[in-house]
Amino acid sequence: MLKYLLEKEFKQFMRSKFLPKFVIIFPFIALAIFPLAVNFSINNINLSVVDNSHSPYSSRLIRKVASSGYFRLMETADNYQEALKSVELDHSDVVLEIPPRFEEDLVNTRKAGVMISANTVNGMKGGLGSAYLAGIINDFSQEVREDWIAPAGRTVTPAFNIVPEYKYNPHLSYTVFMIPAIMIMMLAMICGFIPALNIVGEKENGTMEQMNVTPVNKFNFILSKLIPHWIIGFIALTICFFVAWLFYRLVPVGHYYTIYLFASVFVLAFSGFGLVISNYANTIQQAMFMMFFVVMSFVFLSGLYTPVASMPDWAQFVSNFSPLKYMIQVLRQVYLKGSGFSEMVHQFIALSAFAVFFNGWAVYSYRKRS
Amino acid sequence: MNVITAENLTKSFGSFTAVDHISFEVAQGEIFGFLGANGAGKTTAIRMLCGLSKPTSGKGFVAGFDIRKQPEPIKANIGYLSQKFALYEDLKVWENIRLYAGIYGIPEKEIGRKTDEILQRLGFENEKNVLVKALPLGWKQKLSFSVAIVHDPRIVFLDEPTSGVDPATRRQFWELIYDAADRGITVFVTTHYMDEAEYCNRVSIMVDGRIQALDTPKNLKQQFDAKNMDQVFHQLARKSKLNGE
Repeated sequence: MLKYLLEKEFKQFMRSKFLPKFVIIFPFIALAIFPLAVNFSINNINLSVVDNSHSPYSSRLIRKVASSGYFRLMETADNYQEALKSVELDHSDVVLEIPPRFEEDLVNTRKAGVMISANTVNGMKGGLGSAYLAGIINDFSQEVREDWIAPAGRTVTPAFNIVPEYKYNPHLSYTVFMIPAIMIMMLAMICGFIPALNIVGEKENGTMEQMNVTPVNKFNFILSKLIPHWIIGFIALTICFFVAWLFYRLVPVGHYYTIYLFASVFVLAFSGFGLVISNYANTIQQAMFMMFFVVMSFVFLSGLYTPVASMPDWAQFVSNFSPLKYMIQVLRQVYLKGSGFSEMVHQFIALSAFAVFFNGWAVYSYRKRS
Repeated sequence: MNVITAENLTKSFGSFTAVDHISFEVAQGEIFGFLGANGAGKTTAIRMLCGLSKPTSGKGFVAGFDIRKQPEPIKANIGYLSQKFALYEDLKVWENIRLYAGIYGIPEKEIGRKTDEILQRLGFENEKNVLVKALPLGWKQKLSFSVAIVHDPRIVFLDEPTSGVDPATRRQFWELIYDAADRGITVFVTTHYMDEAEYCNRVSIMVDGRIQALDTPKNLKQQFDAKNMDQVFHQLARKSKLNGE
């Protein structure tokens, strides 16, 4: 019986104008474009400089800032007011003002101030911009100090010199951080949403009622919906692995089979979630709304965009109920750190619990007879 | 021998009683017309008999099985054609036949023969590879009927099978029904066309969830002193509380 149902599903899938193309094209589009567009690493911060000092030291500082790679020197303003105007017009993000007595103070008192003003309408850009700028100025003062002491014949090593070394994602590339998460989103869509929408579609068409008067039992009917989408989901995941390698040379430090193992539990959980929705929704429109709402919450709490650790305590607690969170952790760990099963038992248990919960609910909420 | 028995079958949705203590019997091989205005409760009654909906009270037996306790064996012994057209539009004609034949457990090697037989009976030999969505409505309905009886069930339930179908196709459809009845399949059919009611062996007329009349068309016409079934129906339907007219 299942054989005939599966035959039907595959024929319908292949005959659909949209789905087969979607499964092939979506991974390419999502992985090739998304990580580049959704990028939180900050560069190209527009800088406006007000140099009231016009001294060798001040121009040296400006050159240092401009050559750092983070900033684009947009203009040198005559006074602070003018620079502020440029910020208002959105031409600059950060203003660096050097006071008139900069060089004199530096030479005489060995102390000089500069002012950094940042436009924090885009908080991330303003905050990081001023932090980078402060770092560069700090560096500059170190240089100047060395210059002065060196001729005196003493070798100077500063008391502290902190050089951070970033583990697992040495270039702090946001792309590398995003790709595993996007893979999971796609898997959730193909294995959770599409079969659910497909079932609700059969309800809408009346073919579901027809199936209900045949000896087809519910278990076979659901399996016939899930199996093809599981297969398709894993094909799409494999395409993702390929695309990640092709465009970003990104291969997991860990093993692919670890990913496949966790992915199958995750897929089971998300299919269950889709089934629950398909039981409550009578039309595709309803189903879409329900999914949209729940998935939005899952995504925001998953750590896809903002790290879970930087959420307030209550949100961190709520985020424990997002299955996406665990799977994204798994994929990032396997890809970037090379974690194996033993380091991720916690995630495995969580995902299994979701699978049991959603599928149990799906069975409970399903009634073949009203 | 009776293949359908209903005893005081009732279905309520909250305070609304859609089907109110109906009782009747249908014999093997009979064409039983189940008439009633829109909202009289016909579809609800059929859904109970098919095991899709649980009765609130009363008893029912279809093909010897209790509709309350044994819905699954009933499903293997009946065919059902719902009001809504329900073949897969994105499958070809032969694929739909194959799917339902397979579901009903017809062995693989017989499916091909069965398919040819159906196509031949319908005169669809040239449409074998056509997607169902490309067929005209009347053709779809004829195909649906043939698919609903692909497994030679004991009873077939037809819920307004000919609504929206042109008169010529309606006629052909009834030929298919007679053909099925000749092969021993009991036909339980609802319709709004009173000329079709005349084709039935026996007819029941439902008003507001109750069966108000049940007999052969000939006897009903005598009983209500009417020239045709249309007049019989109007006399009964006028009693409906739901009808504002």
